Amino acid sequence: MNQEFAASFVLVLPETFLAVAAMALLMLGVFRGEGSARLVSWLAIAALAVTALFLPLAAPGQAAAFGGLFVTDAFAVFMKILILLGTALALVMSIDFNDREQIAQFEYPVLFLFAAVGMMVMISASDLISLYIGLELQSLSLYVVAAFRRDAVKSTEAGLKYFVLGALSSGMLLYGASLIYGFSGATGFADIAEIMIGQAGDPPLGVIFGIVFMVAALAFKVSAAPFHMWTPDVYEGAPTPVTAFFSIAPKIAATALLVRVLIDPFGPLVNQWQQVVIAVAIASMLIGAFAAINQTNIKRLMAYSSIGHIGYALVGLAAGDETGVHGVLIYMAIYLFMNVAAFGVILCMRQQGRMVERIADLSGLSVTRPGIAAALAIAMFSMAGIPPLAGFFGKFYVFQAAIAAGLYTLAVIGVLTSVVAAFYYLRIVKLMYFDEPVEAFDRPAGRTLGIVITGSSLLILLFVVYMAPVVGWAGIAAAALFGG
Amino acid sequence: MNGQLTTMLSEYLPILIFIGIAGGLALVLVLASLIAGRQKPDSEKLSAYECGFEAFDDARRKFDVRFYLVAILFIIFDLEVAFLFPWAVTLGEIGMFGFWSMVVFLGVLTVGFIYEWKKGALEWE
Repeated sequence: MNQEFAASFVLVLPETFLAVAAMALLMLGVFRGEGSARLVSWLAIAALAVTALFLPLAAPGQAAAFGGLFVTDAFAVFMKILILLGTALALVMSIDFNDREQIAQFEYPVLFLFAAVGMMVMISASDLISLYIGLELQSLSLYVVAAFRRDAVKSTEAGLKYFVLGALSSGMLLYGASLIYGFSGATGFADIAEIMIGQAGDPPLGVIFGIVFMVAALAFKVSAAPFHMWTPDVYEGAPTPVTAFFSIAPKIAATALLVRVLIDPFGPLVNQWQQVVIAVAIASMLIGAFAAINQTNIKRLMAYSSIGHIGYALVGLAAGDETGVHGVLIYMAIYLFMNVAAFGVILCMRQQGRMVERIADLSGLSVTRPGIAAALAIAMFSMAGIPPLAGFFGKFYVFQAAIAAGLYTLAVIGVLTSVVAAFYYLRIVKLMYFDEPVEAFDRPAGRTLGIVITGSSLLILLFVVYMAPVVGWAGIAAAALFGG
Repeated sequence: MNGQLTTMLSEYLPILIFIGIAGGLALVLVLASLIAGRQKPDSEKLSAYECGFEAFDDARRKFDVRFYLVAILFIIFDLEVAFLFPWAVTLGEIGMFGFWSMVVFLGVLTVGFIYEWKKGALEWE
C-alpha cells in the first residue's frame, strides 16, 4: 500500500511542485508587502519553467496514481506543456501592463499559478471526482483574476458574470456526473469504460443524459456555442492580459478535458455523443464567423474569433478517432501561438498613456508602427487559415479527420464559415495597410512584449519548417489516448 | 425493481418521521409562546440589537463588507473542524497516509491563515 502511494507521489511531482511554489510565493509576497509584484511574477514564471522540466521525469509511459484518480500519459504531457507555456507567456505579457495600469499586485501571478495547477489536474484527471476538483481550482482562480481591476465597473461585471455562469455550468457538470455515477455505479474512467463496452449497443438513457449534461458544461468552459454568451462580455471587461490568458490556457485545458472524457470513459458510445459534438461545432463555427463581423471592439472580436476556433477544434473531436484527436492537438498548439501574437499586439494599443480597444484605432498602423502591424497581419492571416502559415495546417488536419470519418457536411460548413471569418480577419489587415493613419501608438515600456510578439509571429510564419516534430509529437499524444 | 424501490424508500422512513417531529415541535413552540406567554409590546424590543441592524427592515440594503469577510473566514475554519472530527475518529484505521493527508491540508490552511492575518483581514479597526 505504502509503496503504491510512494509511486503516486512521483507521478504528481509537477503538480505538487507548482502548488508548493504558488504557496511559497504567496508567503513571499505577503511578507515583502506591496512592491513585490514584479519579483513574484518573474519567480512564478521560473516556477512554471521548472514544472515543465519535471513533466518528462514523471511520465515514462501511461501510469495511474492514487488508485486511478490521476493518470499521466503522453497526451497529458503534451497538453500540460501547452498550459505551462500559455500561462508563462500570459504572465510575461502582464508584468509591464499591470505596472502601467497600476493594478500590479503579487496575488495576480499566484492566482495564475493556482489556475495552472487546476488545469494540470484537469488534464490528468481520470475520475469524475478528480476532474471536478481540478476544474473548480482552475475556475475559482480565474473568477478572481477576471475582476482584478477592482475599481472598474466592467472588470467587476466580467468577474461576476463569469462566476455566476461558471457556477451554473459546474452545477450542470455535477448533475451529469451524478447521473453517470447513478447509472453505471462507478466514478473512475476505466471502470465506466468497461461498463460502457458491455452496453454499447443499448446504453441506459440516464447515461446519455449524463453525457449530454457534461458536454454542455464543458462547452461552457471552452465557450462553444450555444454556451458562449459569457465570452464577449468577460473578454471585454477583464484586463487585457487576463483576456489573453483566458483565451489560451483555460481553453486548452477544458478542450483536453472534453477530449479525455469523451474518448476515455465514453469511447464505446461514440455514436451517442458524436451528434452532440457535431451540433456544437457547427453552432460555434457559425457564431464565430457571423457574430464577429459587426464588432467594433478588438477584444470582443477576439472573443468571437476564439468561439469560432473552438468550433474548428471540435470538428476534429467529432470524428471521434485517433486522427481526429491528433487534429485537435495540433489545432490547440497552433491556436496558442496565434492568440499570443494577437494579444501581444492588442497590449501595444496605447495612445497617450491610456489603452484603446477600438478596431478603428488600428488604421494605418503599417505607417506608424510597421513592426507591430506586420505581426498582427501574420496572426490574422494565420487565423483566417491562409497557407503556408500555421493556422492553415491546424484547419487542414481537423478537416482531413472529419472527411476520413465521413462527416462531409461538417467539413463543408467548416470551410464555408472559415471563408466568412476570413472577411473580418482580412478587414483588420486592410485597415492597417490601406487606410489613413490615425494617432500613433505609444512606444512599449519594456522589451519583453516585443520579444513575445516577435517570437510567436516567427513561430506562426515558419511553422512549415518545424512542422514534422510537432505533428509527430501530437501523433504520439493522440495515440496514447487510444491505448496505443 | 418495485420491491427494491420499496426497500430503499423504507430505509428513509426514519428521516421522514424526524422531519414530521421537527416541523410539529417548531409549530408547537411558536403557538405555545403565542398562547401561554404574556404579551407586553415595547418599542425597545424592536430596536437594533448587538449586530447593529434594525430588527424589521428591507432585506435589500447596504451593509459593511467586513461582516461578509468575517463570515467567509469563519466558514473556512468551521469546515476544517468538520473534516477534523471524522479524521480523528478513524485515525487508527487510515494509518500514516491518512495522518499526513490531514497535516498537508492543515498546512495549506495555515498558509491561507498567515496570508489573511498579514493582509489585515482580521483587524476590525
